[in-house]
Amino acid sequence: MASSSVAPSGSVFRRPLATKGWGSWLTTVDHKKIGKMYGFTAFAFFLIGGLEAVFIRLQLAEADASVLSAEVYNQFFTMHGITMIFLVVMPMAAAFFNFLIPLQIGARDVAFPRLNAFSYWAFLFGGLFLYSSFIFGGAPNGGWFGYAPLSTSTSGLNMAYYGVGLQILGISSLAASVNFITTILNMRAPGLTMMRLPVFIWMSLVVNFLLLFAMPVIAVALFQLTFDKVFFTSFFQAATGGDPVLWQHLFWLFGHPEVYILILPAMGMVSEILPVFSRKPLFGYAAVVFAGAAIGFMGWGVWAHHMFAVGLGPVANSAFALSTMFIAVPTGIKIFNWVFTMWGGKIRFTTPMLFAIGFVAMFTIGGLSGVMHAIVPHDAQQTDTYFVVAHFHYVLFGGALFGIMGGMYFWWPKLFGKMLDERLGKIHFWLWFVGFNLAFGPMHIAGLLGQPRRTYVYGEELGSSVERWNQVSTLGSLIIVVSVVVFIWNAWKTYRSDEIAPHDPWDARTLEWLTPTPVPEHNFDVIPTVTHRDEFWHRKYAEDDAGRAVPVPAGASEDHAAEHGEHEEHIHMPDPSYWPLVLSAGLPFIGYGVIYKSIIWAVIGLVLLLTGVYGWQLEPVAEGDE
Amino acid sequence: MSTAAHETSLGLDHRKVAIWAFLGSEFLFFGAFISSFLLYQNDVNEGPGVELFDIPFTSVSSFVLLMSSVTMVLAHSAHVRGDMRRMRLWVLATAFQGMVFIGGQVFEFTTFVKEGMAFTTSPFSSAFFALTGFHGAHVTVGILMLLSLAGLTKLDRVKPDQHIKTEMIGLYWHFVDIIWIIIFTVVYLIPAG
Ligand code: HEM
Ligand SMILES: [Cu+2]
Repeated sequence: MASSSVAPSGSVFRRPLATKGWGSWLTTVDHKKIGKMYGFTAFAFFLIGGLEAVFIRLQLAEADASVLSAEVYNQFFTMHGITMIFLVVMPMAAAFFNFLIPLQIGARDVAFPRLNAFSYWAFLFGGLFLYSSFIFGGAPNGGWFGYAPLSTSTSGLNMAYYGVGLQILGISSLAASVNFITTILNMRAPGLTMMRLPVFIWMSLVVNFLLLFAMPVIAVALFQLTFDKVFFTSFFQAATGGDPVLWQHLFWLFGHPEVYILILPAMGMVSEILPVFSRKPLFGYAAVVFAGAAIGFMGWGVWAHHMFAVGLGPVANSAFALSTMFIAVPTGIKIFNWVFTMWGGKIRFTTPMLFAIGFVAMFTIGGLSGVMHAIVPHDAQQTDTYFVVAHFHYVLFGGALFGIMGGMYFWWPKLFGKMLDERLGKIHFWLWFVGFNLAFGPMHIAGLLGQPRRTYVYGEELGSSVERWNQVSTLGSLIIVVSVVVFIWNAWKTYRSDEIAPHDPWDARTLEWLTPTPVPEHNFDVIPTVTHRDEFWHRKYAEDDAGRAVPVPAGASEDHAAEHGEHEEHIHMPDPSYWPLVLSAGLPFIGYGVIYKSIIWAVIGLVLLLTGVYGWQLEPVAEGDE
Repeated sequence: MSTAAHETSLGLDHRKVAIWAFLGSEFLFFGAFISSFLLYQNDVNEGPGVELFDIPFTSVSSFVLLMSSVTMVLAHSAHVRGDMRRMRLWVLATAFQGMVFIGGQVFEFTTFVKEGMAFTTSPFSSAFFALTGFHGAHVTVGILMLLSLAGLTKLDRVKPDQHIKTEMIGLYWHFVDIIWIIIFTVVYLIPAG
């Protein structure tokens, strides 16, 4: 392992030191590198999850097609959902948390760099573990929500992989959330008060609190599911006295906050992008922050709107319908704030801006159909139809992924030191936008016409118009594929070019743009002192008598580069470590041990785990005792 | 206060913020297991139920666990004073009391199984063993941490000025204790009363 980086003494307790080359990626504890690793890995999973989606769409292009068998269809839509949620959107957000949080709060790294590396490796191993099920006899096939008793009573280990795989991913998220919460609360630059934090940081904080409290709930449900599958307990088996509805309560008590975990990071990114390209500060900063926090709190009180069809009774249903409609209020506040930010601004329609505007528009549509679900009689009609599939794709794809894409284009120059091509970016955006609406818009109609969700054939009886709309959907999904190819081409072209991006290409507002490009390992030579919200903007601009922004010559955007490089004093950063990798490698082994009831595998896993823990504790501590 | 504390935004050591966050999360973990137990309290199928509980026995082992929080506090204050020998003694005493508690649990579990209540007998038994078992696992992790701590001070890998380590393990240990009080009340005392 990472032999190039092991110091000559040969002692395994010696910390690896290399910061370049392959070994360095295995042992790095630098938040920027870990962020990139999260991003690359999540993108690879996005391609896999997208491929599954395309197969689903090809199957559904005809009423009675046979591209996929029923069983393979079940595995594909389940893995597609799991992949997109747990292996794409969440880790993409983590990529941005990693890269941006320290930079935006003026810190040198996260609070616990090695724990951060552990989170990444646990995510990777959790994902590989889930996908290894395809090789060992079949992937999860009971939906991403794993409803009992379907998930617990079927023979085969498909859903056992779900139980254990998500558990590993949950451990990764929990570790990350503790780390980011500590970082945000405790490592802000001097003067960076809570009400001066960039909105992205605020949303990250809310998301990480949601993770902190949602992950243990799903962990318990997953333990119970795994016990039902592996040891034949009856937590969710009605035949032996268990209650399948318990699964639904625990699952959605996690699952509803989860949808905010997916969307809030994108909201944060968009809240950074819109002001920069509207050349105005964000409208109603405090309202946006409080609305975000309110969503975080209220998200806990609405879970049963996913369970109207269970029959909880009219009182429960009405209560949850009401609470759900209330949560639309802070969401609406945010949408108005974004619109008012653009209102009267000098808008520059760059690629990140297009994605951000697309986000606001598509998310609004998704939000509106969400309010429709809150109306119980309405929901009774729509539930388990393609209308729901349309709704959540408008929120998760039209929302989360549009926001993330905007973030990619926006922060690419800081991440990789190069600018993505604007022309290709716009082609990407328009194909993506049109393809998206063609793919998911018609699902509203098909759903209202009665096309059921999670079935691999819908039969001729539904009529030829349903089939026609499905063909439009499939065409749309293929256009999305083309747009992704354009994006990859763009990234490749940028990678090959040797034009270095300026430090502050967008004339931006927040601290990360104060750093040189590429960002040095220690981020800031001198930790900046903050006196304003949008600190970096205020260093560049002052107001003239008429209240217009005029550039401050001394602090103008290019000049700050001179601030760097002059300080040659050595800033000590934590040394790389391979223990996070060893520790997390234990997790999948323990997982196989549980699923296959194999003591040997479990013991191998435990040994790796404990070796990791003790190695971690005993390795020579870098400066400052992490 | 540790050395790094004055540089942080909250004036607290990072590790302290982190452990509080983590313990907050653990509350929900046990909360979900306790709710499941409450749901299944009476679903015993043909198997035995709460009448198996031997309250006096469990009260004694609970008391021992409770007292271990006292020795943990003493261990921390000894560490703060820099009295490493005494600190180690109290740490080992805490670990020992934890082991007594775990021993009691093992005894209890084997008795229950002998009397016909195994893990899979009924939703009640599954919920009971899952809840108390996960708590036992937490205690066991705590014991491992305490023993490691004692060992590391002996090897001088944990230094007199690093009392934050003892404090953190202490916080975890107190948490596990508090959760046990809740579990003991909800699982054993309320149904019996
Ligand atoms: C490439 C574009 C995508 C296409 C063409 C697509 C298509 C589909 C289709 C047709 C289904 C329904 C399968 C069924 O119920 O039988 C589905 C389910 C689902 N999709 Fe997508 N999807 C795409 C992207 C996404 C993204 C970006 C996300 C989330 C971030 C997502 C999340 C889900 C979820 C959660 C399900 C439900 C899975 C389940 O019922 O277990 N999808 N998708
Ligand atoms: Cu919901």
